[in-house]
Amino acid sequence: MDLLQAILQGVIVASTPLVFAAIGEVVAERSGVLNLGVEGMMIMGAIAGFAVTLDSGSYFAGVIAAALAGAAAATVFGLLTQYLMSNQVATGLALTIFGLGVAALIGQGYSGETTPPLPVLPIPLLSDIPFIGPILFAHDPLVYLSVILVFGVAWFLSRTRAGLILKAVGDNHDAAHAIGYRVVLVRMAAIAFGGASAGLGGAYLSIVQTPLWVENMTAGRGWIALAIVVFSAWRPARALMGAYLFGGVTLIQLHIQGLGVEIEAQYLSMLPYLVTIIVLAVISHDKARAKLNAPACLGRSFYASS
Amino acid sequence: MTAPRLELADVTKAFPGVIANDDVSFSVAPGEMHALLGENGAGKSTLVKMIYGVMRADAGVMRLDGEVYAPNRPSDARARGVGMVFQHFSLFEALTVGENVALGMNAADVGRDLNDQIVRVSDAYGLSLDPARTVGSLSVGERQRVEIVRCLLQNPRLLIMDEPTSVLTPQEVGDLFQTLRTLVSEGCSILYISHKLEEIRANCDRATVLRGGKVVGACDPSEATARSLAEMMVGMELALPAKSATNFGAERLTVKNLSLATDDPFGVELQDISFSVRAGEILGIAGVAGNGQGELLDALSGERKVSHAAIQLDQTPIGSLGPTARRAEGFCAAPEERLGHGAAPDMSLWENTVLSARSSQGMVRGGVLDLGAAKAFAGKVISAFDVRTSGADRHARTLSGGNLQKFIIGREILQQPKVLAISQPTWGVDAAAAAAIHRAIQELAAAGAAVLLISQDLDELMAVSTTFAVIAGGRLSTPQPTDSITVEEIGVLMGGAPDAAKAAS
Amino acid sequence: MIRLEPRNDVSPAMAYLAPALAVLVTAVAGAAIFAALGKDPVEAMRLFFIQPLGDWFSISEMIVKATPLILIAIGLSFGFRAGVWNIGAEGQFTLGALAGGATGLAFYDVAGLWVLPLMCIAGALAGMAWAAIPALLRTRFNANEILVTLMLSYVAVLLLSVLVHGPLKDPDGFNFPESRLFHDSAILPILLEGTRAHVGFLASLAAVAVAWFVLGRHIFGFQVKVMGQAPRAARFGGFIENKVIWSCLLLSGGLAGLAGVFEAAGPVGQLVPAIPVGYGFTAIIVAFLGRLQPIGILIAGFVMALTYIGGETAQIEMNLPSAITGVFQGMFLFSLLGIDVFARYRLKRIRSAAQAAEGAS
Repeated sequence: MDLLQAILQGVIVASTPLVFAAIGEVVAERSGVLNLGVEGMMIMGAIAGFAVTLDSGSYFAGVIAAALAGAAAATVFGLLTQYLMSNQVATGLALTIFGLGVAALIGQGYSGETTPPLPVLPIPLLSDIPFIGPILFAHDPLVYLSVILVFGVAWFLSRTRAGLILKAVGDNHDAAHAIGYRVVLVRMAAIAFGGASAGLGGAYLSIVQTPLWVENMTAGRGWIALAIVVFSAWRPARALMGAYLFGGVTLIQLHIQGLGVEIEAQYLSMLPYLVTIIVLAVISHDKARAKLNAPACLGRSFYASS
Repeated sequence: MTAPRLELADVTKAFPGVIANDDVSFSVAPGEMHALLGENGAGKSTLVKMIYGVMRADAGVMRLDGEVYAPNRPSDARARGVGMVFQHFSLFEALTVGENVALGMNAADVGRDLNDQIVRVSDAYGLSLDPARTVGSLSVGERQRVEIVRCLLQNPRLLIMDEPTSVLTPQEVGDLFQTLRTLVSEGCSILYISHKLEEIRANCDRATVLRGGKVVGACDPSEATARSLAEMMVGMELALPAKSATNFGAERLTVKNLSLATDDPFGVELQDISFSVRAGEILGIAGVAGNGQGELLDALSGERKVSHAAIQLDQTPIGSLGPTARRAEGFCAAPEERLGHGAAPDMSLWENTVLSARSSQGMVRGGVLDLGAAKAFAGKVISAFDVRTSGADRHARTLSGGNLQKFIIGREILQQPKVLAISQPTWGVDAAAAAAIHRAIQELAAAGAAVLLISQDLDELMAVSTTFAVIAGGRLSTPQPTDSITVEEIGVLMGGAPDAAKAAS
Repeated sequence: MIRLEPRNDVSPAMAYLAPALAVLVTAVAGAAIFAALGKDPVEAMRLFFIQPLGDWFSISEMIVKATPLILIAIGLSFGFRAGVWNIGAEGQFTLGALAGGATGLAFYDVAGLWVLPLMCIAGALAGMAWAAIPALLRTRFNANEILVTLMLSYVAVLLLSVLVHGPLKDPDGFNFPESRLFHDSAILPILLEGTRAHVGFLASLAAVAVAWFVLGRHIFGFQVKVMGQAPRAARFGGFIENKVIWSCLLLSGGLAGLAGVFEAAGPVGQLVPAIPVGYGFTAIIVAFLGRLQPIGILIAGFVMALTYIGGETAQIEMNLPSAITGVFQGMFLFSLLGIDVFARYRLKRIRSAAQAAEGAS
């Protein structure tokens, strides 16, 4: 396998946590909920996935635990913002602070441990395609799951009645309520999905990518996922693209370091954050278009006066 | 005798501090167009929301075709053949017509050929619609058609229409009644909510009048006079405001070739608007909602800046000044939306005077607020305009719509502006407060100010304004004396054909 | 069935009671966590909340921690009121420490009363410059300031690290990534002999007083309040949104930068990569716990400082992990946000229509 192939395959691995986190947030935001706690939900997923995988020896159990942990954290956010109508920005921040703390607390006993790598599952025939095959079709099952999730969400949003209701709730919650949809329930479901998905992203980080537990190991990926959602204009396929783009930046930075280029490692580590800022500015520049794409009720509390 | 289509017996609903419906009883016969008449705040909307299952009654029984009817949610109502067209449309701007229709139907009723059905039904009732268009790009009249088609696709037995004509041009109103009559002839009952007396007299079979949440009367509207209906509705004898004198002074407000691009994806662009208002003149601007009224008021108040010479006050250009500088020149404004635009809801009344009257009333010295001056001015507004509140420390949100409106208009008028621009000053305001607001506007004009009054209420404009123009599609028709204009002309102008009207006159 | 109904006026009693209740709820939940960890919850609570109040040294340490928290939170509170979400105070704090510290090192061994003020100015300006980036991007490019400020705080921490590994490294420091220790003229005077509490605390108190006046009596405070509650009304009132965004970000960046200098020239006394320890994030909680009110922030700053000191005590005496402080802080904010609802809404029992119909027939 040549270097370019290895790099591109690596990009997909490096991007997968972002894919999971971003697609979950796309669903939550499409329902009108701005959950800034992605970082907290990811780290909860990371520790839950790592701990359960290590203790049970089962990746499957670990992955399920990560999704449940992310969903549980998101549900706390949902209860506060949807039933107690707390400010979504502040509650999301609280979720991040809380999640980082709880994960560090649980992770105490797991520092330095490591899990064996998740086996690669090449897809027969497809993985034999020259060059592209190994890049796209020789990965672990979670990579496939992330891509299936993205296209599943795309299908759900554009083709199903439930997806239509979700978009309606995000566009105009008062009208949705007036014609009889349960705004809060729809949003709770979307929030929980977002949390489960972010949890999977965290688990991918801790049980596949590294694979070990380090405090604060998400290192801002949750926030980058939020930026990817803006970049994607709330469309699943574009979120996938955005995640691979950002994952690519992270990986290239590592490779440049590895090549021994004469530049301080810290400068290269800044790259993903700086790229995020620049992309955000470019994408948001056209105010009218940004307004048109964003779900109209994003971040607004819903109170049914009847 | 067959059972009534809908029967209400002693329906009651209370909110904290107010009983919205008190022992309401009436019935609607099959194939009847039944008017529910009442002022804003009489309890009409609450009542129909209970019939449609959006709210639940505290007490009382409803029957539909003789069977007990207690919908817990709108889908229950729809399943029983009750449809509703909302006053504030329950539409989703980012979605298509077809998607909007699908959302308003119960899942079981949505077939694969929904878009074909939409086209078929809309053609049958003369409501042309393209299912693939995004609702955000539709006019208000077209949006209402979406709501109606959504109901018709479910073959309703009872159709509730909540204030359907307040947003339509006279021609569109005519088309709407054509559609409704077709429906009634097919046996559908219609519960028609309105406070517009003429259209009820012309179209409805029976009327039930609500006041303060109670049924205060029932009649055959075609045999009642508009005046008797109005007095039943208001509960007192009406005195029409007298027109102010028509001797105007010098030109105070001059607008020349005003154009303004919109920053809202669904907004309207102002195109080449020119007019002038003289001292003592009240220029009324009519038009269907969403035709540039908001943009025009933003341009006049200074919230959006325009080219300097486009707006002139006493021949001095002010177009590129912001709101504060314009107020210093004597140009005040009051926007349509009271809560959140004309006033900050969670701030006290005196803080709300700081919002727009701080320079004229000397409330700020070297950046420091003079709380005494603000409270004194707020007190002055409250007493001069009879604002019902327990004091200037109360939050704006706690006032009723009419009282807050009196406060906002009072705040601007007591600054003794040379020019006042206001939008929808009596929207949702009770009759007594509306009369007080109209009187204040007329007194201000009589004292030598120029007033620009934007409203969707034609009756209000006919009663108060001295000069009349129509805004449609971001263009303004040529102003003409109010007493010389006819309803037909207004209709053509509101439909967006200013040149045709000019040619006709 | 029970539902929430909006109150006509925000309940003033609840507004003051909510933070106190939040502390209580957090304490109860915290006790449950300790019990789950197999520690004696009563003893843990005593170590956490009571022990630190018992001796002067602990109280002086609370002042050391409260100083940056209060200073940063005061700055943030203006932005949070106006709907300008600077959550990257950590970065501005770091830049302030870096610029202030570098200034001190540039005049190494130069005596003079002007050195400290110069460091403070440099630090505040650096914090403002760092906050000017999100201000520019928000006002010119419409870029979300939440994400930009946060991304920049990661960049700031890396920048500090690269500089203390390189140009600012102590030449006699055995290659440790640390600067020289600041000389006497570059060290903040101590407030109480024998403690680490420094004069920066007085600056925090001054910031509280000024903020109190500005919020209640100055047109800038008024502007900020209207902008946050009703942006359209603010525009109608002639206030310019972009100016408010700039002012709020520069103000919070400047104060965070100043807090950074205080930290470097106070308890730390040199530049090390670990200067940013999360004050910038904890200050967000302080701002909310203090209800965005200056006096409230003063109190909340001490409550949060208590969780640091108490957390340290609990770590040492009960062998608890250091993460316990973060857990407590997150729970604080959660319970406050949750309890807050009762200041704006009240509980009411309602009957469903079906029940009502049965009752009537």
